[in-house]
Amino acid sequence: MIEGIQLEFFLVLGTLVFFIGIYGFLTRKNLITMLMSAELILNAVNINFVAFNKYLYPENLEGQFFALFIIAIAATEVAVAVSIIISLYRKIKSIDVEKVNELKY
Amino acid sequence: MEQIIFYILVSGILIFSVLTVTSRRILRAAVFLLFMLLCSAGLFFMLDFYFLAAVQLTVYAGGIIVLIIFSIMLTSQVNEKLEAAGVKKSSFSLIAAAAGAVVCIYSILNYSFPAVSNGETDSSMKNIGMQLLSYKDNGYVLPFEVISILLLASMVGAIIIAKRDSAK
Repeated sequence: MIEGIQLEFFLVLGTLVFFIGIYGFLTRKNLITMLMSAELILNAVNINFVAFNKYLYPENLEGQFFALFIIAIAATEVAVAVSIIISLYRKIKSIDVEKVNELKY
Repeated sequence: MEQIIFYILVSGILIFSVLTVTSRRILRAAVFLLFMLLCSAGLFFMLDFYFLAAVQLTVYAGGIIVLIIFSIMLTSQVNEKLEAAGVKKSSFSLIAAAAGAVVCIYSILNYSFPAVSNGETDSSMKNIGMQLLSYKDNGYVLPFEVISILLLASMVGAIIIAKRDSAK
């Protein structure tokens, strides 16, 4: 752990990044930028897990494993989301969320 | 010295994440997201989680950002500006996000966390690998396998979804 830095500092940092991501998710209209806001949210959660692991339970590795799994899930999420975005763009020539109002089935 | 680097990284994280959600050029937003992820990888390095930081650099900064930039290139004109959100929408979103942040920060600062224990972290790659594949106590072999199935399923799903309709 870093000298002179409290656990609360990390938690406040994680909270701020999380809500910046929420703000982006609410204001953006473009699907790709909404995806980027979701990445910000996931990364904020990672920061929290790592800080808890390091400061409260340094003899275990649980927080690190959860962060690793979150990174893997973020990768799969982005892969599927990018394929959905590309196939949407082929169909309606737009990735604006307000124009995406129909599903195939 | 350590603290100065730490504060630089933290301010980098905050500034770049704000720029990510407010920048009106989509490619710039992606690059700001890349810098934000690099800064948080630096934070993980400072906390001695070398393996996690390396995974963050390769998977997030290397893989996910490249995918996002590819999808930007495939779907939009790079130099066109995004339409700005309306005043009403952005102010309501700002209020909602700020209210949530205030509530969370208030409860964090009022909660007394248990005293910091001073055990040593053994976050060497050997230990991580052993624990990830162990089925004893503190073993993570089940989520590891579930993640591998999830990766396979998402790969198949991504190919199926992005495939061109050849039936037409």
